[in-house]
Amino acid sequence: MKIHKYDTVIVGAGGAGMRAAIESTKRSRTAVLTKLYPTRSHTGAAQGGMAAALANVEEDNWEWHTFDTIKGGDYLVDQDAAEILAKEAIDAVLDLEKMGLPFNRTPDGTIDQRRFGGHSRNHGEAPVRRSCYAADRTGHMILQTLYQNCVKEGVEFFNEFYVLDQLITEVDGVKTSAGVVAYELATGEIHVFQAKAVIYASGGTGKFFKVTSNAHTLTGDGQAAVYRRGLPLEDMEFFQFHPTGIWRMGILLTEGARGEGGILRNKDGERFMEKYAPVMKDLASRDVVSRSIYTEIREGRGCGPEGDHVYLDLTHLPPEQLDAKLPDITEFARTYLGIEPYTDPIPIQPTAHYAMGGIPTNVQGEVLADNTTVVPGLYAAGEVACVSVHGANRLGTNSLLDINVFGRRAGIAAAQYSATVDHVELPEDPASLVVSQIERLRSSTGGERVADIRRELQETMDANVMVFRTEQTIKTAVEKIAELRERYLNVSVQDKGKRFNTDLLEAVELGNLLDLAEVMAVSALARKESRGGHYREDYPNRDDVNFMRHTMAYREVGDDGTESIRLDYKPVVQTRYQPMERKY
Amino acid sequence: MATPTLDKADAAGTPEPGFADSPYITATFRIRRFNPEVSAEAVWEDFQLEIDPKERVLDALHKIKWDHDGTLTFRRSCAHGICGSDAMRINGKNRLACKTLIKDINPAKPITVEPIKGLTVLKDLVVDMEPFFQAYRDVMPFLITKETNEPTRERLQTAEDRERFDDTTKCILCAACTSSCPVFWNDGQYFGPAAIVNAHRFIFDSRDDAGEQRLEILNDKDGVWRCRTTFNCTDACPRGIEVTKAIQEVKRALITRRF
Repeated sequence: MKIHKYDTVIVGAGGAGMRAAIESTKRSRTAVLTKLYPTRSHTGAAQGGMAAALANVEEDNWEWHTFDTIKGGDYLVDQDAAEILAKEAIDAVLDLEKMGLPFNRTPDGTIDQRRFGGHSRNHGEAPVRRSCYAADRTGHMILQTLYQNCVKEGVEFFNEFYVLDQLITEVDGVKTSAGVVAYELATGEIHVFQAKAVIYASGGTGKFFKVTSNAHTLTGDGQAAVYRRGLPLEDMEFFQFHPTGIWRMGILLTEGARGEGGILRNKDGERFMEKYAPVMKDLASRDVVSRSIYTEIREGRGCGPEGDHVYLDLTHLPPEQLDAKLPDITEFARTYLGIEPYTDPIPIQPTAHYAMGGIPTNVQGEVLADNTTVVPGLYAAGEVACVSVHGANRLGTNSLLDINVFGRRAGIAAAQYSATVDHVELPEDPASLVVSQIERLRSSTGGERVADIRRELQETMDANVMVFRTEQTIKTAVEKIAELRERYLNVSVQDKGKRFNTDLLEAVELGNLLDLAEVMAVSALARKESRGGHYREDYPNRDDVNFMRHTMAYREVGDDGTESIRLDYKPVVQTRYQPMERKY
Repeated sequence: MATPTLDKADAAGTPEPGFADSPYITATFRIRRFNPEVSAEAVWEDFQLEIDPKERVLDALHKIKWDHDGTLTFRRSCAHGICGSDAMRINGKNRLACKTLIKDINPAKPITVEPIKGLTVLKDLVVDMEPFFQAYRDVMPFLITKETNEPTRERLQTAEDRERFDDTTKCILCAACTSSCPVFWNDGQYFGPAAIVNAHRFIFDSRDDAGEQRLEILNDKDGVWRCRTTFNCTDACPRGIEVTKAIQEVKRALITRRF
């Protein structure tokens, strides 16, 4: 075991982690621990753009953006946070341009902007061009630009270091972050990183679904690490299903395709979104579009022999426009489906895309131990976190924005904090939990296999807690997850070695997915209403009287060692916007 | 409205040419295995799979790892050609396993899968990427400007100036190009195509003021002049970047000092 000592440790090197690292490296001795090489992070898969009311191509302002974000989140958004997001968006985009990001340009040479779902002029009048973009690889360009600037700033990376545990020390009765424990993939060695401040920026947890746009590596490692140490997870029942994943594969086809004029059609060729969202049509918010697609499919208007998908039609757009604005997604259709998007519509279905919930933080990125108490030294930003700027449903282009605004804020706050305090003492035998976890998995001779349990988990999640949910389906999922958690105790791995043991790490990741799937299902069961991405067929309406509140899920361990989930609730911060019925 | 090709095949009840009624075929994957914890020697190992040929080579590797041999080791993440984790040598050609469909690489014969060349193999298909990223860092891959006061708004750039370096912004640093280059195989000191592509991305960016410095770095004996224009890199690039052309443009800029 090795012990390292830093001022600030950042877990994850996607957009939020690297944006934080650029700030904290200037101000404090910083280490970035990342399970992937930084440029492999899933920020790179984001396509369509980053929202900011630059008003480069038409009238726009950050107040409209704030409203759209709150409405898009079905009023579960903390409005003070949404206002910060929309206000700081403008500088966040300009900062990236100054760092070198090659945005597409207008004829005047300014940053070009395009339409995106849920973004409107003057509180819902009509779609507005607010998304700043670089073709359909905006996330790729953000990831590259941030990595380039990390190279420039000399950020210290520990690549393929896998953080497995959060260390907490009680200081005068207050839970305080002491550091993290990491597993080095190349050698199997265990490292303790003592740090004054820790920032989680480790991304989402979409791999508990089968059809998902998420990378194989998005297994909720950060959420699970803090949750197991008794800290809460907020709003985990809210998961976004992106309307346009490649049929059966789930690979993302950007909403920018509809922003450029693409149209969703059913088997009769009908532009069905006109029925569900007369004003915004195909550019309604993602939860609305995904439900509309499944309604079409359920009512027998789906396409293909099994009627299980609909079409994204780009055939009326000029090939030059597709080549210039959507080169990557048209290439995906050619590569994976053998379809030519110039002439043929693309089969799509909703795909599990984004966790609105996560580790609760305030607007400085400080992690909360309950509804109000901050955990000194602990921060989170990006998809792993819940500020909450996305509420019950995130708007497209607000996640690339979130990672830049709140990654920056967390990086500055953590570095400033670590400049004012001393390291707290590490807990006794800090690596013990990780050592026993790894040893148990490596030496187990149980008959259960990681791949089988993961497959069954993904199948039950897709079948029971996706776009449509009922008490019955969620209960089925809860029971199945409990069974799988039991079986997980008997899981064994074939690779017993130390070197690059990805077999072992997949087993660890599965444990994280099981814990988080349970939190999600239990949180969803208790929310007896429909709001944003959480749609209960047995409670089809939003219920502001009983459920205008954030879910806070805590792991409890009884005296006999039994685990359970305790749910609590946190008020939503409302400033100037009163909840209204949501129409697009 | 036109009908997608998949439906045409299904509706007619005729399978795609070359495949029997069942979508599944039997394919052999011949994989280069190496684990220094077990043996100092690398060996070929065959795995036979029942698999849908429309699946990716990465799907086949996952089937092997998840259902047959958990010790098989490779890197992967996004699984759709954007993260650059899974460059490997498939049937002797550098490709991304997640962007290569089995039907496109003649599954009638054994499909060989080995690590990319020129970088030290650490285990099975995993290589040491550090020298590759060091060459990248050596070309100063970040925007450098001389201006003393940053503009309050964005810098202006015409659409034409933006287009000038568009192709080289697509790079995902997968190393498929660099590890396909015979010069790099013989001399690991050579910067390699990927580093030059990333230098090109800044040299030809109208906002950047450090083109001369980057050109001097690439004027080095291990720099751009080592390129023998074999076009392996262009063939290997999963992003369709015209790598050789970019290298030629850097060479030309070194001669004319115009860019």
